[in-house]
Amino acid sequence: MTLATPAATERTGGRWSGGRWPRQRRADDGRGGERAARDRATWFLVLPALLPILVLSVGPLLYGIGLAFTDAQSGRTRSTQWIGALNFQDLLHDTLFWDSFRIGLLWAVGVTVPQFVLALGLALLLNENLRMRWLARALAIIPWAMPEVVVGIMWRLVYNPDAGILNETIRDLGLGDGRDWLTGFGTALPAVIVVGVWAGMPQSTVALLAGLQNTPHELHEAAALDGAGAWRRFRTVTWPALKPVALSITALNFIWNFNSFALVYVLTSGGPGGRTRLPMLFAYEEAFRYGQFGYAAAMGCVMVAVISVILAVYLAGRLRGGDDK
Amino acid sequence: MSMRTGRATRAGQYLALTGYLVFLAFPFLWLISTAFKPARELGSLHPTWIPRHPTLDNFRQAFDEQPLLQAAGNSVLAAVSAGMICVLIATPMAYVMARHRGKLSAAATGWVVISQAFPFVLLIIPLFLILKNLHLINSLAGLIMVYVVWSLPFALWMLVGYVRAVPAELEEAASVDGAGRLRTLVSVTAPLLAPGIVATALFAFITAWNEFFFALVLLKTPEKQTLPVVLTHFIGAEGAADLGPLAAAAFLATLPSLLLFAFIQRRITGGMLAGAVKS
Repeated sequence: MTLATPAATERTGGRWSGGRWPRQRRADDGRGGERAARDRATWFLVLPALLPILVLSVGPLLYGIGLAFTDAQSGRTRSTQWIGALNFQDLLHDTLFWDSFRIGLLWAVGVTVPQFVLALGLALLLNENLRMRWLARALAIIPWAMPEVVVGIMWRLVYNPDAGILNETIRDLGLGDGRDWLTGFGTALPAVIVVGVWAGMPQSTVALLAGLQNTPHELHEAAALDGAGAWRRFRTVTWPALKPVALSITALNFIWNFNSFALVYVLTSGGPGGRTRLPMLFAYEEAFRYGQFGYAAAMGCVMVAVISVILAVYLAGRLRGGDDK
Repeated sequence: MSMRTGRATRAGQYLALTGYLVFLAFPFLWLISTAFKPARELGSLHPTWIPRHPTLDNFRQAFDEQPLLQAAGNSVLAAVSAGMICVLIATPMAYVMARHRGKLSAAATGWVVISQAFPFVLLIIPLFLILKNLHLINSLAGLIMVYVVWSLPFALWMLVGYVRAVPAELEEAASVDGAGRLRTLVSVTAPLLAPGIVATALFAFITAWNEFFFALVLLKTPEKQTLPVVLTHFIGAEGAADLGPLAAAAFLATLPSLLLFAFIQRRITGGMLAGAVKS
């Protein structure tokens, strides 16, 4: 990471290209001194944030990748050995890890897709002149502002087999006795996915709503005058304008969901029998319950690799779309 | 929208909106209802929406069972420090990123995007080892350092947007009057940025207040733990829980971030949109 020199900024031709920085007073002895002073000022402004980023974020990330190639364990006196790709070879044969990986992908798709569809529906509704709009907007804040731990606890109360409202509603409707949603082998994953959708939907809704409000009204009205129905107007006017936002939030949501931890940790801790053990939960247990730092770091690397592929596909899509910049 | 909408369409829209309202509201209403129910009603096999004999017992019991006050104190300390330090160091950098489009800005923007994609295990294991060597495990100072860096990307993102919204001409005018760059920044730009800086600080506060994973790994003893970690102690090892106090404590833990969030929601939305559209 290099700092931009004034010469470099001049080339980029930004609004504040080199020559247009507020000039120092005459005390500066010629252009060289002025330039040095400018550089010093830039460093002075940037370093307080840059140093922590390098030391506590970029550094640890590289360190973590390095750890994946060692046999690092917690609470061991023998020094850590470099073991090459051995962790990755082990991972290749670790069926439990691939189970959790599959569950992670199922969960990420299972949450992201309905989240997007529901959020788009709500955003379109909120964009209309409806009477309960303010209430929906206010309610949409709640899941977004809640600590994930509380979201998990709250839904445990809802899913509670005896005292929960879900089973009571099922009993009231005469649909049976209900069940123990979070501990049933078949129901646990769908149950946590519903919670994931609930928790993440508002954020997507707000982003999509903001995107909708940026679409030109005139186009909409022109299309309506031409006799285009609601669906045609959506496809030809709304969707093209919304696409960049939609792509961004879908990619980000997928990544966030794939990496999520707290929600499922509180809801099921990965149970029953590992049916909801997301990769993050698996790696957390491996690292902080069994002390296998190197092995867990290798899992992290595999997760990064998958996420990078997704990011690359997304970026390629955006570049090809080329309609936003 | 000025277009006329058919009556049937309107009815359908209201029906759908009602569905959304129910879906969004019912878990939260259930949490509140459970928090105010006496133990007898919680044990009943046919739970009711509205407590017949509302009580504050659960809140009292929650404070008895777990060190909630201490945990709240820890959370306040961590979140306030993280929020303040975060904007203090992010504002100058965001200023440079917004006004000085060079390699640094490009690299920083790239890092902001990439950092959103980290699986935190890859970050937490080395951080754990580093903080252990610095004797900062089980210390709020260590956690605050992590929170500051963790909220930096989004803080930078928001702040860059706010700086861009301040017309550069104002700063140029100040520079013509002979003010140095730092003076321009402090006396002209900062006051205009103030609302944005406050919103960013509050966002960093909420982020830290709600955070669980880092706190779970880094804080070992109950006296040091933050609210979200202490909340999980209400859920027993076998998943058995005293539902009333659990709900009461969870409800209380939500209030601060909920209130603050309502207060700055528009600004966050603006920052998010800027990110989603312009990046």
